[in-house]
Amino acid sequence: MILYMLKRLLTMIPVVLGVTVLSFCIIHLAPGKPTDKLSELNPKMTPEARQRLEQYYGLDKPLHVQYLSWLKRIVRFDFGNSFSTDSRPVIVKIWDRGVPILDRRLMVTLIINVLSMLLILSCAIPIGVYSAVKPYSFFDRITTVFVFVGFATPAFWLALLLIILFSINLGWLPISGIKSIGYDGLGFTAQMFDRAHHLILPVFISAFGGIAGMSRYMRSSMLEAIRNDYVTTARAKGLAEKTVIFKHALRNALLPLITILGLSIPGLISGSIIFEQIFGIPGMGQLSFQAIMGRDYPVVMGLLVISSILTLAGNLVADMCYALADPRIRTK
Amino acid sequence: MKHVPLLFALHIFILLFHSGSIAADEPAYGDALIVGSIGEPSNLIPMLASDRPSHDVSGLVYQGLVKYDTDLSLIGDLARSWDITDDGLSITFHLREDVQWEDGTPFTAEDVLYGFNTICDPATPTAYAGDYLQVKKAEVLDSHTFKVTYDKPFAPALGSWGNIVVLPRHLLEEKKITESSLSRKPIGLGPFTFRTWAPGEKIVLDANPTYYDGRPYLNQYIIRFIPDQGTMFLELQSGAIDYMPLTPMQYTRQTQTDYFKNNYNKYKYPSFTYTYLGFNLKHPWFQDKRVRQAIAHAVNKQELIDGVLLGLGREATGPFVPGTWPYNPDVQKHPFNPDRARSLLAEAGWTDTDGDGVLDRDGRPFEFTIHTNMGNPLRLKTATIIQWRLEKIGIKIDIRVLEWATFLNEFLDKRRFHAVIMGWGIGLDPDQYDIWHSSKTAERELNFITYKNQEVDELLEKGRRIFDIKKRKKIYNRFQEILAEEVPYIFLYVPYALPIIHNRFKNIQPTPIGISYNLEKWYVPADRQKHRLLP
Repeated sequence: MILYMLKRLLTMIPVVLGVTVLSFCIIHLAPGKPTDKLSELNPKMTPEARQRLEQYYGLDKPLHVQYLSWLKRIVRFDFGNSFSTDSRPVIVKIWDRGVPILDRRLMVTLIINVLSMLLILSCAIPIGVYSAVKPYSFFDRITTVFVFVGFATPAFWLALLLIILFSINLGWLPISGIKSIGYDGLGFTAQMFDRAHHLILPVFISAFGGIAGMSRYMRSSMLEAIRNDYVTTARAKGLAEKTVIFKHALRNALLPLITILGLSIPGLISGSIIFEQIFGIPGMGQLSFQAIMGRDYPVVMGLLVISSILTLAGNLVADMCYALADPRIRTK
Repeated sequence: MKHVPLLFALHIFILLFHSGSIAADEPAYGDALIVGSIGEPSNLIPMLASDRPSHDVSGLVYQGLVKYDTDLSLIGDLARSWDITDDGLSITFHLREDVQWEDGTPFTAEDVLYGFNTICDPATPTAYAGDYLQVKKAEVLDSHTFKVTYDKPFAPALGSWGNIVVLPRHLLEEKKITESSLSRKPIGLGPFTFRTWAPGEKIVLDANPTYYDGRPYLNQYIIRFIPDQGTMFLELQSGAIDYMPLTPMQYTRQTQTDYFKNNYNKYKYPSFTYTYLGFNLKHPWFQDKRVRQAIAHAVNKQELIDGVLLGLGREATGPFVPGTWPYNPDVQKHPFNPDRARSLLAEAGWTDTDGDGVLDRDGRPFEFTIHTNMGNPLRLKTATIIQWRLEKIGIKIDIRVLEWATFLNEFLDKRRFHAVIMGWGIGLDPDQYDIWHSSKTAERELNFITYKNQEVDELLEKGRRIFDIKKRKKIYNRFQEILAEEVPYIFLYVPYALPIIHNRFKNIQPTPIGISYNLEKWYVPADRQKHRLLP
């Protein structure tokens, strides 16, 4: 098992390296430079000043030299400084030790994604199981409709509609941000409640599409499990239907779900860009949007490295769980 | 003892009088203004930032030697007065003695010299060095007298001594400016002082009790960052923000409800921008003045304003804002007149010989592309309406919408375009040298349409060497006449700025430069204050 993990970890290194080479090339191939914001269409800009700026950021060097110097820093976990005019270290933008841990960008995005993952699982599994146990029942048909609607609804549109309903018309939930204006004056419990209050809509929106998809997977994998011989055997033994479903069928049906969960991590991370923009949430998605728009190479690269490591880690964990859950894989 | 009841009664009388009629609208200290902003500042040291949000915030924390008055003339700010020598080569600023930085250190001429030296330092990544590199010598005559000398008289010079170059030397001198903590935590001398910055969330500014012109009435100025315009409008509707810019649609339709009428005031005034259709004058078709004039006659500017801005804009006739001193209202206009357009084109040799509805000359149909950038629906709508109008006089138009960086780098800078729809921000000084002078046509320079006119060159050179407003006005009036006659751009419209502000804020007076110039004088009557000072 440990050997297997080590092997997996080692194969991750070339993958990450490949990801960085590719993304470095792509972002540099895109027209425009980080200095454009300062220099393009600016009447006060002289050609000398423009050159000075490009030298300042090392943009005058050939691409492979730029990549190697970036790589040299990255192996020491130095992400460099942002090219935007604030020139703050990339790592501070992502993980600012100067602010409470809950306010750091990476943390904000992780919390929302973990919560939405939990919400997806806690809704999708029961829905999927129930529709599989009673296929083509009224409930199954209703959820099928829900799933199609869920897939077809653009998240940004649904988000705005829900804001109008819950925040404007009913006045129950805050509209945007992760804290109220008067947050600093609240006690600890009230502060946590305030944060939770702000998270309800974003978590629901980011989970919405996932619930639809995941419940479908759950349903089909459960249907398949139920058709297996061991389920027939279990029933023939005279076991209670509850035991048959939850102990014999469900456990097996959960296996493919683990793989799908591991694969859905990149989707969740890129989904953050959309809902963080709408809800004004200061997380990684918002940061990547700004960085890409400003051609802020060090920030884009830093975020890509972090999210590809997260994705690979997610896949690794999924494989580990798979091995733990399924003895057939362990012994191979 | 006898007098007491009388005094007491008088007292009550005054109290009643106050709370009854005057207090309702009397200036009072307190409350906070919460502003919605799409973008977040990047750097609060003014010379290092180039984005609007950064300057909006640093403009409240720092002050300049001079500032623009509501009629766009220059008045003293930190400078009590200034002398310009008769040859226009040197300016001596006499600074106020009663100004201090937020930390109590007095403000002196050394601070200005420090700012000047920093912006000219090649190691400072700034976009604003241009104006200051024209300075031959800058010197501190005494603690509150600062003198600059130029090689040649340079009229935009005076306006350049704004808040970009006034920095607290005592806090910055030791370190490189790019590593200073002031870029995230400014220490200034303006009407407001910096309190906190929660990245991605908000910036809070407090009233500066030691501001030389008196503490602002408002306790706090809070900018909330909400990247989505729709979300921001909903925040406004819920009362969570007090002040935001509206789109024409929001202004004319979505804010017509009783709720908005009872709680908010809307303002409109020309913004300092204009949208234009610019021709690539290197292209042989557009070198003929009659073709450009014909297209101008075929475009209905009022129709564009009605259709694109829902009526919330003004026709542009040149590169200046209507209502400001450089603006010339009496230039040749090319009124909407398709027949005149057709005859001008016929004069230039463009007729429909093959009867396919498209004009042609030497066997080539009159067909060209209008480029514009992505993410600006107003420009796309403008292009579409122009396309439809030109089709009616027999010119076929393709519209190509490109991502901003691609548009600039691959098309504009390389001059690979026929015509573009773009906009310019209008500076507060009328100098337009960089956009229209024939020496500014190299790659990446701003005269990308390659406009060349000797008289314009002379006017532009003269205009930036003279300080006298009356003489400058004459020069720029002539400049506008030539542009209007030659039509290198078709100046389309000046959109209105459309801010909405909660109606508890008083003393807001729209002027040609907008409304926020007297922010420190805005107040909320005591009985309508909403936010208490946060701890």
